[in-house]
Amino acid sequence: MGNFPTTVKHCLSYEELIQDYPWLARWLQEEKEMVPTGVKIQLIDMLSETGLPVIEATSFVSSKWVPQMADHTEVLQAIHRSSHVRYPVLTPNMHGFQDAVAAGATEVAVFGSASETFSRKNINCSIDESILRFEEVICTAKQRQIPVRGYVSCALGCPYEGPIESTKVAEVVKRLYELGCYEVSLGDTIGVGTPGSMAKMLHSVKKEVPSSALAVHCHDTYGQALANILTALQMGICTVDSSVAGLGGCPYAQGASGNVSTEDVLYMLHGMGIKTGVDLSKVIEAGDFICKALNRKTNSKVAQARGDNSMHCRMKKINT
Amino acid sequence: VRVFSFFNVSPVQWLVQVGASAGKALPQRVKIVEVGPRDGLQNEKTLVPTEVKIHLIDMLSEAGLPVIEATSFVSPEWVPQMADQVEVMKGINRRPGVSYPVLTPNLKGFQAAVKAGAAEVAIFGAASELFSKKNINCSVDESLQRFEEVTKAAKEAGVRVRGYVSCVLGCPYEGQVSPDKVAQVAKRLYSMGCYEISLGDTIGVGTPGGMAELLEAVSREVPVDALAVHCHDTYGQALANILIALQMGISVVDSSVAGLGGCPYAQGASGNVATEDVVYMLHGLGIQTGVDLPKLMDAGAFICRSLNRKTSSKVAQATCKL
Repeated sequence: MGNFPTTVKHCLSYEELIQDYPWLARWLQEEKEMVPTGVKIQLIDMLSETGLPVIEATSFVSSKWVPQMADHTEVLQAIHRSSHVRYPVLTPNMHGFQDAVAAGATEVAVFGSASETFSRKNINCSIDESILRFEEVICTAKQRQIPVRGYVSCALGCPYEGPIESTKVAEVVKRLYELGCYEVSLGDTIGVGTPGSMAKMLHSVKKEVPSSALAVHCHDTYGQALANILTALQMGICTVDSSVAGLGGCPYAQGASGNVSTEDVLYMLHGMGIKTGVDLSKVIEAGDFICKALNRKTNSKVAQARGDNSMHCRMKKINT
Repeated sequence: VRVFSFFNVSPVQWLVQVGASAGKALPQRVKIVEVGPRDGLQNEKTLVPTEVKIHLIDMLSEAGLPVIEATSFVSPEWVPQMADQVEVMKGINRRPGVSYPVLTPNLKGFQAAVKAGAAEVAIFGAASELFSKKNINCSVDESLQRFEEVTKAAKEAGVRVRGYVSCVLGCPYEGQVSPDKVAQVAKRLYSMGCYEISLGDTIGVGTPGGMAELLEAVSREVPVDALAVHCHDTYGQALANILIALQMGISVVDSSVAGLGGCPYAQGASGNVATEDVVYMLHGLGIQTGVDLPKLMDAGAFICRSLNRKTSSKVAQATCKL
């Protein structure tokens, strides 16, 4: 299974109302210490209070593969479910889907790849085989009226194959969409994309799937995430994934960063006059909490700038 | 944000419009002004030996950077890091075709710079009165009068002058800064004879909307070919701000190898945007820079070892560890 860290999704509408969909809560195996269940629950509860309306709570993968997610049922059942928030979970196959539904899941997510080699190395099967597996999940979910979100990894490059043809990405996205995913999130898994490759990829994908059903999941490994997100917005994409405190490093580059931080994305959106309904300072607090619990520094530049001792903290706020 | 009401569109609609027109308008070539050896090192606590500075500049010259800000002719009392200014100027290997501007806050500094062999100088104005007072102890007007002496002398000596305006997107003391005020200061520097004006987001608070609004205002007073952006990455916004600037016709970008130079207003926070990350984005967009990224990263690795600090460049972090 892929190592997908906590993510936050922001949904933009042309009425300038941003509905933020923070997906949260899949820890990377790279987080060496097991995070206590209580900490995960508290984090999700804090995020539920920020104004973010969707929080990806956990993952129903086998605990053999992802020990960090072994407490999936406990987490899903213990979180305080706000009426304004949705709590989707990852389900790699029917077994996981059934466990998820039994635990009370009301939305699920499936993960495909645009790279054959990545698919084989990551989940031990070809892209075609993985989609057959998801077809079962999606069909069953449809019958139970459970929405399914699709993810496509390596949309802008693969750690094994290098550059990926945008037409290949479009093909996989189209298949997931036609099978019944209400939205497909395009993942720059190793963060190698730039505005140039982002624009090219989106151009191909938009020919097959409407923009309203697309999202971008940018990694900040090469510092390109915000520029890539800006490009996506300019091309009519209105949903963005990100991760509080930029949690989740890159499993392919030790010490390098992974997810873009929610705080930095929100800062950009708010600065552009786009309303999100999200309280940035509460997200910073949640980020602060989880970083203390993990004993690590935040990856969010906004959080670093607004840290306790900084003058920025006392400055007249220009973009809040 | 004013630009939106000006165009009577929503932020997202405006973004889409700028993006759509940019597809045809992105510059084919961008000039990178490398400020690491001056702006970068000036804001690093560790005092760097002269030979290390010289070696850094030489490595940057080899990496293909067309402009490298070498040092600063300010009083060593104020900026001890730049006390070896003359030695550095005389010690570097000047590559043909590469420019090595130096900072000159006043006529005295200018004269010392020319004596030491400088062929290009830089002067710094501010768009904020409070910042000007706190930083250089005088009002914006007084500072501009001081600079007029420098530009006059520079003209006579055949020395090029680059102007900087700080706090263009926000001030640590005043908060919001009016784009019209920035435009006024930029216009004065340009009329005085500065061949280029670099607009500095000194505390990195700017976002793409504010950047676009700023550039709209300034380009009404100064031709866009004579403008540059100097973005700080304190809030992670630098590359997004640079991208918007490119879309609006800017083709000169300041940056600092390894992202040297933190923010003096936020302990531990970052400052300058890393040259490696800017070059990575530009090359990914098919824009030529003349820069050899691996050689640039070598220069970054060298200076970080000497400073005993980690690079602030994400490209460097990602590449070293693979």
